[in-house]
Amino acid sequence: MSSSAQTISEREIKGARRRARLRSELTGIGFVLPFLAAYALFLLWPIILGLRMSFFDWSLTGSGTNEFLAFRNYAELFGDPAFWGSLWHTVLFTVLSTPPLVVLGFVLALLANRAIPGRWLFRLAFFAPYVMPSSVVALIWIWLYQPGFGLINSYLDANVGWLTDQSIAMISIVITTIWWTIGFNFVLYLAGLQEIPPELREAASIDGAGAWAQLRYITIPLLQRVTTLVVVLQVLASLKVFDQIYLMTGGGPNYSTRPVIEYVYDSGFTQFRVGYASAVSYVFFVIILAISVIQFVVLSRRQEGA
Amino acid sequence: MIRSESRRVFGTGLGRQPRDVALNVAAFVSLFVLAVLWVVPILWALDTALKPESETTTVPVSWFPSHFTFAAFGKVLAAGEMLRWYVNSVFTTVVITVVAVVLASMAAYAFSRLHFSGKWFLFWLILAGIMVPGQILIVPLFTEMTALNTVDTYWGIILPQIAAPIAVFIFKQFFDGIPHELEEAAIVDGASRLRIYWQIWMPLAKPAIAAVSIFTFVAAWNNFLWPFIVVTNTDMMTIPVGLATVQSSYGIRYAQIMASALLGGVPLLIVFVFFQRQIVQGIAGAGLTGR
Repeated sequence: MSSSAQTISEREIKGARRRARLRSELTGIGFVLPFLAAYALFLLWPIILGLRMSFFDWSLTGSGTNEFLAFRNYAELFGDPAFWGSLWHTVLFTVLSTPPLVVLGFVLALLANRAIPGRWLFRLAFFAPYVMPSSVVALIWIWLYQPGFGLINSYLDANVGWLTDQSIAMISIVITTIWWTIGFNFVLYLAGLQEIPPELREAASIDGAGAWAQLRYITIPLLQRVTTLVVVLQVLASLKVFDQIYLMTGGGPNYSTRPVIEYVYDSGFTQFRVGYASAVSYVFFVIILAISVIQFVVLSRRQEGA
Repeated sequence: MIRSESRRVFGTGLGRQPRDVALNVAAFVSLFVLAVLWVVPILWALDTALKPESETTTVPVSWFPSHFTFAAFGKVLAAGEMLRWYVNSVFTTVVITVVAVVLASMAAYAFSRLHFSGKWFLFWLILAGIMVPGQILIVPLFTEMTALNTVDTYWGIILPQIAAPIAVFIFKQFFDGIPHELEEAAIVDGASRLRIYWQIWMPLAKPAIAAVSIFTFVAAWNNFLWPFIVVTNTDMMTIPVGLATVQSSYGIRYAQIMASALLGGVPLLIVFVFFQRQIVQGIAGAGLTGR
């Protein structure tokens, strides 16, 4: 910058270019650096640290031997019925919760997209629970599910142990989850529906297509992309279930609802076996990645075929 | 505008044909029934919270006690913990949201508009982070935060929540869609990149800022698992974590339990009623761009 007015030699031009390049490099890095630092410290580093911990007898309280175990944590968990049980509960929850959450989200959006009075009130009713913290939802539903004087049992004139009966507890959790999170899928479908040009349905209507035919041949096919997205996001969200189960049943009765994340939590923070808990996390991470990749391949292939 | 015009002309929306009217009535009735089902849990919580404690467990259940009272709300607020949790939640959530927006938008600006070596490598490295569920990191993250001496502090709650890869993605998509001319004019004027980012891009990026802020705010406010792990001191708890301890500390005082649940759920509910459109758009937008 200082060498502005003098005769410009080739060397100076080269120097200026190099400086400009350096400056642009530094500017770019400078803008990325703050994010990158946080990302490296609180995402990348825990990923690496977790992998390392999973090979050791690492303990939170310092009582572990810190012995290098190689793959023995992994060998242990593959032979551990508690791990397989928790994995099964997570899968069961995902299988039970995904279809109703997707279908009901779609149906609610379809109904609420019609020209009827009080539409914004309906939207409010279905979406409101979604903005509540899990612990609020859990407190309210534990109260509704109360055995003796709970609202649900009173109305059904029954005495069902919604959260204490081993064969029902998971269903109760799913019902609560539908109530709590349906708003998200509802809103995604509503946004998708509003992108469909009304002219399409008008044209179909003029051609004599009834409501059912319009739904079958226009609405559902045009929402294919939204459906793919909703299904993928829902499966991932359901696989990560923890809050409502931990808060409502504590994984019980008799561990019958405990999901993988809670098994990680129990091993790491109540038994203080953080090395083992890291190994469980890693295996679960690989499973989630595999499921995402499979979903992506299957659904994108189907989309191309459609 | 064009769309609503044509809707009026063709009359699809308002349904002039009898068949459409019948469908709309059916839709209204089913929505009404479902909406009642959705609202009853919240109303029942409110009803319970407004009852005298001695009348919460009467059999058969009744919506109408001998009298309604705010005693339960008063007791919960007077205990003081709730107010402390509000302060913690508001502080941590606001800091997380502001920092997350600044960090992500700066990075996205560089990825969208600047040239530097390693740019694409870094971009994909960050995008890959979208695939990593935070839940699987709790154990190593807690070990790290213990080493950093941040357990039971605001730092411990805030730091792990400020780098959101999806936010970088949303900002970059937004920036990519803005024409270059604006920025070139500013560069000719000799403005620094930092000024261009702050004075030209940030004002333009308001929709993206709104979307990212909203979903970061809602996610941070409702985050249970991480604060639950990193905080053990009652004074440091956020609303969701504090409420998880309410069941055991209030025992069978159901009116007080429901009063605290409602006090915990209400702030975001009020925000939601006022910013319904923005929140819905923000969440749908974040969801839809996630494809």
